[in-house]
Amino acid sequence: MLLDVKNIHKTYQTADGPFEVLRGVDLRLGEGETLALTGESGSGKSTLLHLIGGLDMPDRGAIVINGHDIAGADDAARAAIRRGSVGVVFQQFNLIPSLTVADNIAFQARLADKYDPQWSEALAGTMGLADHLRKYPEQLSGGQQQRVAIARTLAPKPALVLADEPTGNLDEDTARVVMDLMLDLAADTGAGLLMVTHSQALAGRLGRRLHLKAGRIA
Amino acid sequence: MTRAVLTALMSHWWRNPLQLFTLLAGLALATALWSGVQAVNAEARASYDAAAATLGEGQYDRFVRRDGLPMDEQVFVEMRRAGWLVSPVVQGRLDGIRIVGVEPLTAPVGLGPVSLGQDNDLAGFLGGDTPFFANADTAAGLSGVDVVISENVAPNTAIADIGAAQRLLDKTGVIDALIILPGQPIGQRAQAEVAPDLVRQVAQGGSDIGRLTDSFHLNLTAFGLLSFAVGIFIVHGAIGLAFEQRRPVVRTLRALGVPLSRLVWLMAVELLLFALLAGIIGVALGYLVAALLLPDVAATLRGLYGADVAGTLQLRPSWWLSGLAIAVGGTAVAASGALAQLSRMPLLAAAQPRALAMAAGRRAKVQGGLALLLLSASLVLMVTADGLVGGFALLGTLLIGAALGLPLILDRLLAVFSTRAKGPVLGWFWADTRQQLPGLSLALMALLLAMAANVGVSTMVSSFRLTFVGFLDQRLASELYIRTEDTAQSDALIAFAEERVDAILPIQSADVTLGGQPAEVFSARDHATYRDNWRFLQSTSDAWDQTFSGQAIVINEQLARRADIALDQVLTLQSRAFTVVGIYGDYGNPIGQAVIAEPVFEALYPEVEAQNFGLRMDPADVENFLSALEAATGIAPTQAVDQAGIKAISLEIFERTFTVTTALNILTLAVAGFAILMSLLTLATMRVPQLAPAWAMGLTRRQLGRIELARAVMLACLTALVALPLGLALAWALLAVVNVAAFGWRLPMYLFPADYLRLAVFALLAAALAAAWPALRLARTPPADLLKVFSNER
Repeated sequence: MLLDVKNIHKTYQTADGPFEVLRGVDLRLGEGETLALTGESGSGKSTLLHLIGGLDMPDRGAIVINGHDIAGADDAARAAIRRGSVGVVFQQFNLIPSLTVADNIAFQARLADKYDPQWSEALAGTMGLADHLRKYPEQLSGGQQQRVAIARTLAPKPALVLADEPTGNLDEDTARVVMDLMLDLAADTGAGLLMVTHSQALAGRLGRRLHLKAGRIA
Repeated sequence: MTRAVLTALMSHWWRNPLQLFTLLAGLALATALWSGVQAVNAEARASYDAAAATLGEGQYDRFVRRDGLPMDEQVFVEMRRAGWLVSPVVQGRLDGIRIVGVEPLTAPVGLGPVSLGQDNDLAGFLGGDTPFFANADTAAGLSGVDVVISENVAPNTAIADIGAAQRLLDKTGVIDALIILPGQPIGQRAQAEVAPDLVRQVAQGGSDIGRLTDSFHLNLTAFGLLSFAVGIFIVHGAIGLAFEQRRPVVRTLRALGVPLSRLVWLMAVELLLFALLAGIIGVALGYLVAALLLPDVAATLRGLYGADVAGTLQLRPSWWLSGLAIAVGGTAVAASGALAQLSRMPLLAAAQPRALAMAAGRRAKVQGGLALLLLSASLVLMVTADGLVGGFALLGTLLIGAALGLPLILDRLLAVFSTRAKGPVLGWFWADTRQQLPGLSLALMALLLAMAANVGVSTMVSSFRLTFVGFLDQRLASELYIRTEDTAQSDALIAFAEERVDAILPIQSADVTLGGQPAEVFSARDHATYRDNWRFLQSTSDAWDQTFSGQAIVINEQLARRADIALDQVLTLQSRAFTVVGIYGDYGNPIGQAVIAEPVFEALYPEVEAQNFGLRMDPADVENFLSALEAATGIAPTQAVDQAGIKAISLEIFERTFTVTTALNILTLAVAGFAILMSLLTLATMRVPQLAPAWAMGLTRRQLGRIELARAVMLACLTALVALPLGLALAWALLAVVNVAAFGWRLPMYLFPADYLRLAVFALLAAALAAAWPALRLARTPPADLLKVFSNER
């Protein structure tokens, strides 16, 4: 099993007191599988994605990726799993503004020591970025920036791709194109894909769908 | 991974070259001013050390003749026979170069360039072939003698075997002093029996040229430190801004799998590389600053204190290393806060851009509290500080407290202006200026420190000049001073002058111990010269009358402070009691001094004969008098010193001191102006979203540019208003606390309003110049850039 999430709990401290955002979530994802995670705002979708990506720590439960439990790992170990096994596509793109498009695409692969120039070049071509490689992110449109972010995520060929509302900032046509590319590339590389989305239409294009409600899988 | 992360981190600087330039230039300028000043000080100190090593100044006691004249070299032979381990020295000047003759076989080990146990050529030194040793500069000025180049010899000094020096100086058969070696045998005959004319000159701090010049170096060091502080403010601002701008990148890097510890470590390495690069540039620039300043400093030190300092600079490894260390240390101080914040930053922290109103809220309260605490501490120290540590603590708390308090003071002032503003544009101007304040506060703090340093150090130096000129008038009241060679000449002078001058004032002195301190006691003849010219710091109403009556004594400030002597206290000289009736300022003199009436002095010290005389006469008659004196008595004009000449030389020396101070003033202000320029430029891109609505509502880009310019000048003006009292407080602390602790005398403080006004004008000009470019850029911002603010694409 690529991803095995068991009984995850997470509580945040708010001005009104503690708020338990996740109340015992379980989910599993196999290699090459695609899964949509839907739910209302505040249902805990993004929190769950951050926990699976090792960006935050759960209060209880286990998150096993490729046999490694990252729930109890320290910062360096979680960082190593993010570098080697997991790729995250953010809603806000999170590109490095001072690097060119080419360097941004290659960046995570270089971090993971898995840089393959031909594969990066192929990704750029597939994403329609071949003519923009020397540009900086600020010179691109929102759709182009998100395509760079997806290419960067896929460049090291991660086992698991996590996407947090990847088309949330894009218009409808651009969103469809980006989604097509992401699904095709995930299928090509055999990566598992877990995507958080509000859109029922987008969720319908993925293999499975889970709905999160009040911190639990409904 | 390391390489990829470093590339990503460095790419920020390549995309923001102005920020990189600000960081490097700020650090380089700070290092340059600091290391430049340190280079000057190090060069001077190396010269003093060389002098001490060459001549044993300040290291060994000496025997000299009581009247200061040379002694027969037979005295040396008699002293050695009596069991005294002494070594003869002869010295004099030839074409301005100090010629020193030592006797290498009896001289203390390590004295001079030639000593036993070293690799130098003793035979050559003793022989006639290469008798003189000097450094390269001095050697170039020596003609007619063979010179061996030795960089260990003090600047402007040539050293030789005593015989060679005697021949060159035309002093055959005489010597000037006997160096007393440490570890004298027991049972030697008393010196008073063997050579009663000799007095022992004790080696003490007071005779060390380094101590005399410490005041001057302290001023330079204070300037260097303040300049460095100003530079560090720039660096702190640049690093803070860069870290704020890179927070989203840091978050992304961590999300992509870079461990936090590695990131912090790499950012520290990145800064270390910049610090080293800027340090190298700074030390090179510092060398240039020092090379420009050193000739004036050397001339000042030579003129003021008679200290020979090389006019050219040597590259010293220790100086390079200390320059780099201060650059790295400064960067560490400036970056420590940002790195600590980074290491505590949670991965999912909101990646918001720097909020310009950061000074508001808790942080402003902490800053205000700290400022208040430091200023309160400085107030306490103003009353209680005693000693150098207390003095520097006072300076530190005062300057840092004021700098931290400045943004809050300005914020309050702007709030007042804001409530009283009439019209929408003016109202927006004040409100917008308040919002800008946090972004500009570091630059304004730098300007505050630069201006305060200027006011403080200028006030101190100008007060010193004014006091010293007054002091020269007091001490050089006589129109002519003559030194005679023997009693016969003294008698001839008195007989000749008696009918031709208004007054003859003999000057006699003896080394004594007063209040447990080594001191010199002088005689004074009852004459109006003393009453009219000498100014007391404290005295009874009839101080001179009491002194001339023989019952009282007046003493210098140093003696009063060191021996804790107050007015009306009784001092004893040769078992005779004197009441202290006056304490006078005695600037530059390191040891205690006292004055008693001439008849009393002669009774107490009958062996001392007057061989120095002050003559009061019409200044216009001086030249004719000297010619007639030579014709009648054989006393050469070279034995005379005329007052006008000494004063002219002293004032010229001061002008050179001022050249140094003015140069440092300009450099410090330039650094502060640079800080403002860089702050405005780095803020410029953030300003567009804030100014676009004002533009959309009808203000033209040109108007916006003018408003930006006016804002910078107005803030500089308000900063100048705060800097003036701070600078005066700094001057007071330097004069009343640091100077007293370091040198034993307190200078009176004078105010120089015209100088302060000129400084304020310079500061405003610097601010206007710094703001001109950003304002021009704003005035030329393309409308498309302003429109972007309102589009979703931004």
